[in-house]
Amino acid sequence: MTWWQMRKRDADVERELQSDLALEEEEQREHGVPPDEARHAALRSFGNRTLISEQTREVWSWNGLESLLRDLRISVRTLFRSPGFSIIAVLVMALCIGATTSLFTVVRSVLLRPLPFRDPDGLVMIYEHFRDPSMNAQQFNYNAVAPADYYDWRTQTHGFDDMAAWRWWQFTLTGERGELPELVSARGGTWNLFPLMGVNAVIGRTFTESEDRPDGNAVMLTWSLFQRRFGGSPSIVGRQIHLDGTPYTIIGVLPNWFSYPDAKIQVWVPYASGLPPEILKHHDFHFSRVVARLKPDVSLANALSQVEAVQYWLHLQNLNAPVAEDVASRTLIQDLAQDVRKPLVILLCAVMCMLLIGCLNVANLMVARSAARQKEIAVRSALGARRMTLIREQLMESLLVSLAGGITGMLLSLAATKWLVTTWTNLPSARSVHADGVVLAFACALFISAALPAGLLAAISSTGKQGIAALQASSRGAAGSQARTALRKTLLTVEIATTVVLLMAAGLLLKNFWRLRSTDVGSATDNVLTMGYSLPAKKYDSPEKMNAFNETLLEQVRTMPGVRAAALGSIVPGAGPGGDDSFTIPEHPPIAPGTALPDALSRLADPGYFSTLQIPLLNGRFFTTEDRVGRPKTIIINQQLAKQYFLGENPLGKHLHVAARGDANYEIVGMVADTLYQVGQPGKATMYFPVLNGEIYEGLTLVVRTEADSLVFSVPIQKKIMELDPELPVSYVLTMQQIIERSLGNASLTASLVLGFAVLSLILASVGLYGVLSYITTQRTGEIGVRMALGAQREEILRVMLGDGLRPALYGLTLGLAASIWAVRLIQSMLYGTQPLDPAIFASVAVSMLVVAALACLVPAWRASRIDPMQALRME
Amino acid sequence: MSTMAKHTRQRANVLQGTLDMLILRTLLYGPAHGHQIGKHIQRTTNDFLQMQHGSLYPALHRLEKRGWVVSKWETAPDRNREFKYYQLTEKGRKQLTLEESQWKQMAKAVARIMWPEAEES
Repeated sequence: MTWWQMRKRDADVERELQSDLALEEEEQREHGVPPDEARHAALRSFGNRTLISEQTREVWSWNGLESLLRDLRISVRTLFRSPGFSIIAVLVMALCIGATTSLFTVVRSVLLRPLPFRDPDGLVMIYEHFRDPSMNAQQFNYNAVAPADYYDWRTQTHGFDDMAAWRWWQFTLTGERGELPELVSARGGTWNLFPLMGVNAVIGRTFTESEDRPDGNAVMLTWSLFQRRFGGSPSIVGRQIHLDGTPYTIIGVLPNWFSYPDAKIQVWVPYASGLPPEILKHHDFHFSRVVARLKPDVSLANALSQVEAVQYWLHLQNLNAPVAEDVASRTLIQDLAQDVRKPLVILLCAVMCMLLIGCLNVANLMVARSAARQKEIAVRSALGARRMTLIREQLMESLLVSLAGGITGMLLSLAATKWLVTTWTNLPSARSVHADGVVLAFACALFISAALPAGLLAAISSTGKQGIAALQASSRGAAGSQARTALRKTLLTVEIATTVVLLMAAGLLLKNFWRLRSTDVGSATDNVLTMGYSLPAKKYDSPEKMNAFNETLLEQVRTMPGVRAAALGSIVPGAGPGGDDSFTIPEHPPIAPGTALPDALSRLADPGYFSTLQIPLLNGRFFTTEDRVGRPKTIIINQQLAKQYFLGENPLGKHLHVAARGDANYEIVGMVADTLYQVGQPGKATMYFPVLNGEIYEGLTLVVRTEADSLVFSVPIQKKIMELDPELPVSYVLTMQQIIERSLGNASLTASLVLGFAVLSLILASVGLYGVLSYITTQRTGEIGVRMALGAQREEILRVMLGDGLRPALYGLTLGLAASIWAVRLIQSMLYGTQPLDPAIFASVAVSMLVVAALACLVPAWRASRIDPMQALRME
Repeated sequence: MSTMAKHTRQRANVLQGTLDMLILRTLLYGPAHGHQIGKHIQRTTNDFLQMQHGSLYPALHRLEKRGWVVSKWETAPDRNREFKYYQLTEKGRKQLTLEESQWKQMAKAVARIMWPEAEES
């Protein structure tokens, strides 16, 4: 039916009723009723004319659409009549739905959405696994795989369809004439890696088996490098680029979507390419990740048991080397998300708590509102409004609020997701984080399941009352609204309990973060600049050439005005584990076969390294310029190594035999204080080798301590490097403080997000508390007036009202504290050196909750105690 | 007063579901407007059946929507004013026959239970 037809129909009904009513009136007059009475008599016999015309029109209305539109009109008007309420309700909804949807978008993209590979459920990662529990504590339970282990697994087991491996690498990429140098992140993948994952080159092809050899020089470009550096020109395939000065032929380009294992990778080379052939035969050089595809008819446990058997045999063959006894596996998706899984789950829980609080608050607001409109509703139902109609209207109102909130929330979540993804630095970027159909469905489900009940609760509780009772109820008859007050108090208790749990979690995470931040890594961190570079082996093919470059650079930097000290090392404290090597002590009895060799972190240091970083010397001497290639091999150890392996003896003059570093004996010449390789991790035994001895397997870090802000020195130093070698790019120009911040980045993000949610919840809960008490005060104005007229003291009233408001707060607090004892277990594993049941945090949460609750209650309670009894009584 | 007497007499509301049939039967005499139909039902039953306007008009429109009656604005012969007259359609006649037979069955069934010996005699 069109609008026009509807209008016409309405007019028709009106006219019909009008004419019949007029006839009734005429007939009454004809029966001798006086004219003025006749009209009333006619109206009386007709009944409720408005109702009749409405019910008659309803016969014609199509699927209730008309009444729906009417409800909509009324609801919009009602909402606009109290904009304060509407705006607050919509904002609360938007905030809660927006935050939840954002978090869910990230969770879905990172943890739930299938990976974009062929049959992604069949892909697993396999690691070496050390059974020693102390190794597991140091996260060696998922240990990188040695190349020879991988080759043996692949050839000797048949449970998997295929296995592929990849390793970390980085290159200095230049053009054919050494132009435009840049440091690129790279991976070496076995020739079968891409076919195994179901990834095809968009241009060209992937690696062949014959290219996967130490002298193989094929390279694949990722899409971003292809677009950025080569302008997306397909003719680039077959041309050459130089990686660390060695020519490589471009054989293909990877698709745009391919960003496994992370999006920073620019080039892929064959796994074995550029590796010394003997390294491929090692069972104790752990630098590879292994991806395997399950056979459709073989279970993971079955396939894995074969690999386990091979690995245990390898372990027995290499008893003195760090070759794991066992293997461990996890699915590819778990593997990618492992670092962020826990924080994401915690954040999702926190945001769900906030959503719960938000919905309770909106429900509370709605209940308060419908209570205030009790008389209006009573009048309307006395005038013939049916209960269904009233409920429908209330529902429509809450639907409108939540719809507006939901739409605003979704827009908000788009922005919030973008922010979250850029701020959260270690989110696995194998897939882009974006909203999709499922996220949309989630948001819709959220607002239906969260917003609808919030409105429904108010609607049902307000129309259940007898109309007349509500009309008669004066402010003195407050008993009638007791049930509703109880409902609101229950909602409040739940709200406060949830807030307490959130506050507890936030407090713990924050304390943990502050503790991490203030950790002393054991070296200078103020005004220290670091800068990485790695000398390409092709150009610097002898230790003398490397030393010449390094020493010249150091000399030049040291003479710069404002530079206090400069040094060279492989890695600085706090920047991560770097590498580790196992060693033996020739002066000690040989290690019993079957026990693992001692193992320590390996670092390079030049003569000035320790003094520049202010790492104290405890015994012996630092390196000198004499500790260089061709001289006796020397080594410096840290205190922990001495404690662990030289208990009660003087390590100086003893030797460490390090198989992986030239298979030579190194004489211990000094012992330095311990440093932390990473904030939040326990310290480890560490060995320092002289940079100048010419055995450099890793990139170098230039460390410069300056008088004032060290960052301003970065460009002048970079210029010095360019003068020495224009083809040498620098990387990771960072201050020590930035390095430490970066390693904490996500701890701070998680802590501050949870804190944000907790503070918002606290505000919501206190607003809720304020609202409930204000409402109770208004309800009891008359009663309070009577009490005061009978002699009640203002202080007494204040005390009673405060108690009334604080009771749900106390219940909530107790409930919340009890729940936190259970809830903090969830975050226990994220805490470093912070006890989950921290009494200080428990106390401060309890106190701050009580203070906020008291403040929220104080205003309405004060107002109640200021009531003028005469005024209150007159209002009845 | 006579009106007072009327009010004291026992009366009933039209049974749920029978109103449509009563209206259709009334219209068998010829077209009529709402007021006439209501008055007719009331008068014929000696005011026993009370016509609620709140049910009458929705019922009329319901019948119209179903196509059992059609309506037309026409001038009443005695009033010199237009009223909305309802007229029975062929479909409406059939419906009346159907409802009548259903009602008869119903009445018989009820009677058999209520006055079993009367039925036997």
